[in-house]
Amino acid sequence: MATSSTGSTLKGWANSGSPWVWLAAGSVSLSLVMVFGLLLLIAARGLGQFWPGEIWRFELAPTAQGPGVPLLGEIAEEETVSATRARAAGEVIPENLTEVRRLLIKAGNRDLTGFDFKWLGVPQIVATTQPADALVVEREEWGNLYGFLADVRENGKSVAQGAQLWPELAARLERKRGLRAEIKHIEKDVIGGINYGIERLRLKQHKLELDGRADAAAVATLHARKLELEQEYTKANEHLAKLNQEIARDTLLFRTAGGEEKEIPFAKLVRVAQPNAMNIPQKIVHYCSKLREFLFDEPREANTEGGVFPAIFGTVLMVIIMSLFATPFGVIAAIYLREYATQGPLTGAIRIAVNNLAGVPSVVYGVFGLGFFVYFVGGSIDALLFPERLPAPTFGTPGLLWSSLTLSILTVPVVIVATEEGLARIPRAIREGSLALGATKAETLWRIVLPMATPAMMTGLILAVARAAGEVAPLMMVGVVKLAPSLPLDGNFPYVHLDRKFMHLGFHIYDVGFQSPNVEAARPLVYATALLLVAIIMALNLAAISIRNRLREKYNAADH
Amino acid sequence: MQPITRPSAIESDTVKESTPMTHGVDFRALREGLAEPGADAGVKECLAVKDLSLYYGPKRALHDINMVIPEKRVTAFIGPSGCGKSTLLRCFNRMNELIVGVRIEGRILLHGNNIFDPAVNVADLRRRVGMVFQKPNPFPKSIYENVAYGLRIQGVNNRRTLDKAVERALRRAALWDEVKDRVHDNALRLSGGQQQRLVIARAVAIEPEVLLLDEPASALDPLSTLKIEELIYELKQEYTIVIVTHNMQQAARVSDYTAFMYMGDLIEFGQTKTLFTTPRQKQTEDYITGRYG
Repeated sequence: MATSSTGSTLKGWANSGSPWVWLAAGSVSLSLVMVFGLLLLIAARGLGQFWPGEIWRFELAPTAQGPGVPLLGEIAEEETVSATRARAAGEVIPENLTEVRRLLIKAGNRDLTGFDFKWLGVPQIVATTQPADALVVEREEWGNLYGFLADVRENGKSVAQGAQLWPELAARLERKRGLRAEIKHIEKDVIGGINYGIERLRLKQHKLELDGRADAAAVATLHARKLELEQEYTKANEHLAKLNQEIARDTLLFRTAGGEEKEIPFAKLVRVAQPNAMNIPQKIVHYCSKLREFLFDEPREANTEGGVFPAIFGTVLMVIIMSLFATPFGVIAAIYLREYATQGPLTGAIRIAVNNLAGVPSVVYGVFGLGFFVYFVGGSIDALLFPERLPAPTFGTPGLLWSSLTLSILTVPVVIVATEEGLARIPRAIREGSLALGATKAETLWRIVLPMATPAMMTGLILAVARAAGEVAPLMMVGVVKLAPSLPLDGNFPYVHLDRKFMHLGFHIYDVGFQSPNVEAARPLVYATALLLVAIIMALNLAAISIRNRLREKYNAADH
Repeated sequence: MQPITRPSAIESDTVKESTPMTHGVDFRALREGLAEPGADAGVKECLAVKDLSLYYGPKRALHDINMVIPEKRVTAFIGPSGCGKSTLLRCFNRMNELIVGVRIEGRILLHGNNIFDPAVNVADLRRRVGMVFQKPNPFPKSIYENVAYGLRIQGVNNRRTLDKAVERALRRAALWDEVKDRVHDNALRLSGGQQQRLVIARAVAIEPEVLLLDEPASALDPLSTLKIEELIYELKQEYTIVIVTHNMQQAARVSDYTAFMYMGDLIEFGQTKTLFTTPRQKQTEDYITGRYG
């Protein structure tokens, strides 16, 4: 009796549906845990790296090669390995240990010691201290320096002593920043603009020659303009030389923990800090300054340092241009398929084909984009419109326009499917209401049906953006580069340069994480970039979703 | 798919035999306002249906309908579900053409002109023959824009003209007093009854000659139904109204003429009071006394 009642209870429980509810709830929670775990990981690692870490000084035991040289640096990682492995790596481990704890020290000073990171077995360490005056110098080249401030010099002469050194350093660094900004402005905007102008003159002359209209007067005009530009260039160059001299005035004398000294020109400094002496507000200021550099500056040192602004800009611009292509095409195709095409086997086949297009591997689109857009369309455009620039290609080379187009054919099926569903959902009664008032089919479509279908179009756009912003593989073939010298948007006519190559956050992650010369140093940047990419896609999506919700509210108040 | 054979073929044939030409109405007499003693003097013809048959694919839904819709009167179509009354109504503004596989034979004359003539512009026809559907179907726009829609389609965009037309249409649909302070609110926030009156206003705004009402009150509560019926009574001063209804009391209350349809045939057509008191056909009598349908 008891067993049968248990059996029937179990069966009853199963029939009640609660096992399935539990299973479903479990799946949902597992998915959520995985998603949020991933986000948390990249957020913690990515945002943590900008916080100024403590600097330790490690006194080391003497080795067979000689006395232990003290080491200064941040602790990057900690692990326990077997003693055999550590000995095989050349570390001196006492005989009685089978396991040894070791630390990965970010020691910097690559140009002096030849390494950036070093594993230290804990038994090797005799003593650790946290010297308050430990200095971290971020340079434009060769990575960080860890050591102590020895002197600040102007034209080779010392300008301060002891406690005066730090304020003096800060003041001169400020002066250097002003000069650096001015130099950058002259190099990039003034000289860049002049070069662009000279190049355009050369092309104009070449075009005239190609067209056979290069008479003496025209050439003379061009030549005069060129001379003008060249004069401007000489003037700018003189100014630049003076600034370069100014900026080279100050140097900094730097001493490593081992006692080695090095003189660095201020021009090469990016940022100096004494993290051990900082209080919390100072650390926050430092953090914000590093975060600002990451978001708004250009990359340095083969992308492993500095910011990712060109990549943010490239990603967003590419997605926007992609949307401008994909949305109208997808919507028009959907309108034809749903409203005008005869619903027969052919339309059905087209619909299936469109759905399948969304499943084609993206790299295939990349190859197609390279073959069709870049070589065929781009090559034809060059031959027709820019013969004066050949053999240097203008559009016949990977660039922003072709990347956007390639991604838009990748995402157009998503827009078509979503829009078609939206059109199908609009009640027949509403269409008939409009027709019964004497509206034609086109008027009904334009005034009633399409406005009501806008939320569905936005859904399509959201899906398209989410897919396009994360794609990397096809872009590597049709326009993304490791380092683009200039943004696709600048002050030179015609302002938007769709033919230019651009940087992309997704490719940046791949490049910095797996193709850079100093992977260990670049790793935190990979996390930060990944976080940024996720954040940008989320921001683009949220913007589209909020627009969609507003539209829904406008058109779907019917459900009362 | 097998062609559907009609089980009641014999029965309706019998009906035709007994009233060979007119299905119960003497057209000539009706035109001359002499239909029956004591009836409707001066009534004119608005729509005339001549030998109208309609097929959904192989299935014949209307059989040789012949009738006259009098001008500025309310004509009601009654009959059991599926008898073809809505189908017939939708012929008057050629709404049936939106359905794939529909074929129509015969003619419908609107003031003497065949509406199926290839030269006729369907959009123009629908401006002259307005329609209100069973379920209120306002557009997801403001009340104002709903009413102005038909005029805007015709290219009227002058603010003052539109304002006047909207107010007039809303007044005629007895909705103005309820919405005059919020004409720019979304129409979808109105109640069901108000929405239906809005839809009537929308149809009236373009000044049609005929107003087709396809069970306009069937989705409404009794109070709203009453308002719609009062409205129909008002509107017939200016418009020819054709109404399809399931509700025989409603037909008796609002209509001047009634057509009883059964299985695609027009069984009997005449003045409402005559048809409801002394039906000439057995089937009509059975239906209005509730014996079937």
